[in-house]
Amino acid sequence: MSASDTPKRSMRTPLGRVRNLGAAHSGTSDFWRQRLTAVAMTLLMLPVIVVVMMTLGSNQAGAKVILGSLPVAIIMMLFIVASAWHMKIGMQVVIEDYVHNEKLKLVSIMLNNFFSIAVALASIYAIIKISSGV
Amino acid sequence: MVEFALPKNSKITGGKTWPKPAGATETREFRVYRWNPDDGKNPSVDTYYVDVNDCGPMVLDGLIWIKNHIDPSLTFRRSCREGVCGSCAMNIDGQNTLACTRSMHDVKDGAVKINPLPHQPVVKDLVPDLTNFYAQYASVEPWLKTTSPTPQKEWRQSHEDREKLDGLYECILCACCSTSCPSYWWNSDRYLGPAALLQANRWVSDSRDEATGERLDNLEDPFRLYRCHTIMNCAKACPKGLNPAEAIAELKLKMVERQI
Repeated sequence: MSASDTPKRSMRTPLGRVRNLGAAHSGTSDFWRQRLTAVAMTLLMLPVIVVVMMTLGSNQAGAKVILGSLPVAIIMMLFIVASAWHMKIGMQVVIEDYVHNEKLKLVSIMLNNFFSIAVALASIYAIIKISSGV
Repeated sequence: MVEFALPKNSKITGGKTWPKPAGATETREFRVYRWNPDDGKNPSVDTYYVDVNDCGPMVLDGLIWIKNHIDPSLTFRRSCREGVCGSCAMNIDGQNTLACTRSMHDVKDGAVKINPLPHQPVVKDLVPDLTNFYAQYASVEPWLKTTSPTPQKEWRQSHEDREKLDGLYECILCACCSTSCPSYWWNSDRYLGPAALLQANRWVSDSRDEATGERLDNLEDPFRLYRCHTIMNCAKACPKGLNPAEAIAELKLKMVERQI
């Protein structure tokens, strides 16, 4: 613990410090969604690998034929949503674990949300673009 | 950010090597963490030689022998010397455990290395300040909470329901588990830690208690409960063979169960 992290001397009781602002009454949703997306990714992993293998070596026209199939496009998009969501929750856990400066934590969590949403939307847009051939 | 290195005033410097006891035929080397709040110096590690033919087999016996025969200033907590009170919890050979139930013969490879429980403020030598740990225990309100009229005799419990407390009620609050948990190291101001959460589950699992929902409300928090990432250091450290990680997983399951 560095001097800057050392809590300021306080006359608050130890129990008062532990109770602090009270329970947030949240966290279970993220815990559940992390497992939900993990199971989803496990199930989607094999079809996604097959699709990626099929597109290997093909040109844009070939990729368009494969991704133009509705089930294939949906599988790819489901995988993107599940993995981006999982990534967002996982990264947030890491930030909460290790970043103790409240302002930096807030900014990091905000950027993590922006990044995950941007990656997911960009990937989905790419799939729609290729599969619709626009 | 989390600080991975020790702060300047906690860096360990070379300590004193005490002479071997005169006349001893067989000795065991003990390297013990020393820190005195009054001398303004950094912590050090002192080396002692214990006459194993003149003392009991446990690490605590060795420490008591050192205090009685070599260095009365050596400071540590101990009481029951049989693994019931949890006072002599310390880090022995890299593992949090009770000095009274760890045999010095089980420590292989040379010296018996003893440090205070990790990542807690040190009061002196091997005595950590567990104020926050005890306050966290108090925060789970470890007593029976009921609103029904108190029965004339006792609150009754079936044998099956009583069995649900096995593996939970045996906790002696020695703090070996919590202080072995990296999540607790980084966030002990907000994360309750394995010991307090195991105790919380002990009351959540008690069929006689009528405040189960309130107890879960009080725990449902990204920091209080969900800092546990199931790395199992707690279960490995527990000198009573309990599994706090499993107790925490049960709490998480109950949280999901009441939502889905």
